[in-house]
Amino acid sequence: MEYSEKVMEHFRNPRNVGEIENADGVGRVGNPVCGDIMELYIKVKGGIITDAKFKTFGCGAAIATSSMVTELVRNKTIEEALQISNRAVAEALGGLPPIKMHCSVLAEEALKKALDDYHERKRLSSAARQRKLQAG
Amino acid sequence: MKRIYLDNAATTPTDKRVLEAMLPYFSDVYGNPSSLHAFGQETKQAIEEARHIAARLVGARQEEIVFTSGGTESDNAAIKGVAYARHDRGNHIITSKIEHHAVLETCHFLEKQGFSVTYLPVDQFGLVDPEDVRKAITKKTVLISIMHANNEIGTIEPVFEIGRIAKENDVYFHTDAVQTLGHIPIDVNEMNIDLLSASGHKLYGPKGVGILYVKKGVRMHPFMHGGDQEQRRRASTHNVPGIVGFGKAVELAGEEMEREIDNLTLLRDRLIADITASVEFSRLNGHPTRRLPNNVNVSISYVEGESMLLNLDMEGIACSTGSACTSSSLEPSHVLSAIGLPHELAHGSLRFSLGRDSRGSDIDQVIRVLPGIVRKLRSMSPLYKKEVK
Repeated sequence: MEYSEKVMEHFRNPRNVGEIENADGVGRVGNPVCGDIMELYIKVKGGIITDAKFKTFGCGAAIATSSMVTELVRNKTIEEALQISNRAVAEALGGLPPIKMHCSVLAEEALKKALDDYHERKRLSSAARQRKLQAG
Repeated sequence: MKRIYLDNAATTPTDKRVLEAMLPYFSDVYGNPSSLHAFGQETKQAIEEARHIAARLVGARQEEIVFTSGGTESDNAAIKGVAYARHDRGNHIITSKIEHHAVLETCHFLEKQGFSVTYLPVDQFGLVDPEDVRKAITKKTVLISIMHANNEIGTIEPVFEIGRIAKENDVYFHTDAVQTLGHIPIDVNEMNIDLLSASGHKLYGPKGVGILYVKKGVRMHPFMHGGDQEQRRRASTHNVPGIVGFGKAVELAGEEMEREIDNLTLLRDRLIADITASVEFSRLNGHPTRRLPNNVNVSISYVEGESMLLNLDMEGIACSTGSACTSSSLEPSHVLSAIGLPHELAHGSLRFSLGRDSRGSDIDQVIRVLPGIVRKLRSMSPLYKKEVK
């Protein structure tokens, strides 16, 4: 098994490590059994993802795919971000060894979950606003 | 950058003295040992000399040593060979959950062929309880296969006791000694061993050669059918340079064993003490004292093994991990699971296996870089922030 230059580069210098306080969406995927856990945080302004950060427990590919997905979603609209597939993440990294493709799947899932979370929060807050209006 | 090799349990470099002993047997002394002419007799003599050296190291007779292609073949040959030859007597095999895949997968195969296999559990240190072996024996048991020492966590199994129990019950006892031959003392008679597997490249010999010790009188089917080599127990033209190299490696290992045990044990215990002292939330896997002189296996919480391994590799340090990330199953090491480690800790394991060339300065270098690597990875780990704050 060999990692591409790009994977190793992202592994050595991962981009956007950390958490976002008051994030607009958070996606947490994976479990200790399979050995990879990813958390993805996004900040959204006017339908555009202005910031993305991650925290990951996992192998070289898991860290590199997390790093890459945060790069890919920045400055994208929500609709564009929904189109980002695991293959796109893997391709942007110059490919992944076959047994590591599941790491890119995890990155896609983390992103989808963060976007779901964003929509859910938006729905809840508008519902809350509605209730407030009606109560008022 | 000075590269530091701490993966000697995976393989060792061929000792220069071994290589030198082998070289004439490629182009200058090349006869087939099965040939009657002088060319053949020269190489015949060379392989018998190697056989003699190997037999002497384990207290066997020369004719009880069979040359094979390595540890995996020896394990396969022993287990399948005995299982099929004694099928008339029974179909039950006893082994442990922490054997090498060469043993486990062979047992899984035999299960599909109608054999029944008991996989004994181990305790938190990786030790098989000899009483469990005794209790598992039935009228149908034909073979017990328990490794001499575990390749991942270094635990040395109670083979003396297990050998005695096997003998009392008239069951063959096979042991995988791939990690121990030439590293710690073995006496097949004292240990009541009927079959023993070992490999050349784990003791500074060449890859592609090993031995199977088969006690006189043990019934087994040959693994390879063909010519009359090795008293018809293993057909195929002899790997003469490999066998000569094996003999030389065993000779050197025998001469240097005591000194090496002392040196490596000191280095091992220092590395264990230094890692557990300098890395918070780290622990030793395996037994604190009943372990191979060269084995250090630690689990480091909140970080994953492969990413530590890659970072160490960037610093020129080679080791290995029981993390699942290199296996397609995504399951962490069966050995670490068997000693009861939770998944997170099994994924966060590192094995450093010292060797003849290891020095104190190598340990110093590991301790210089490892804490920083762990810090960096923990700063990215979602597990760390949750549990520690």
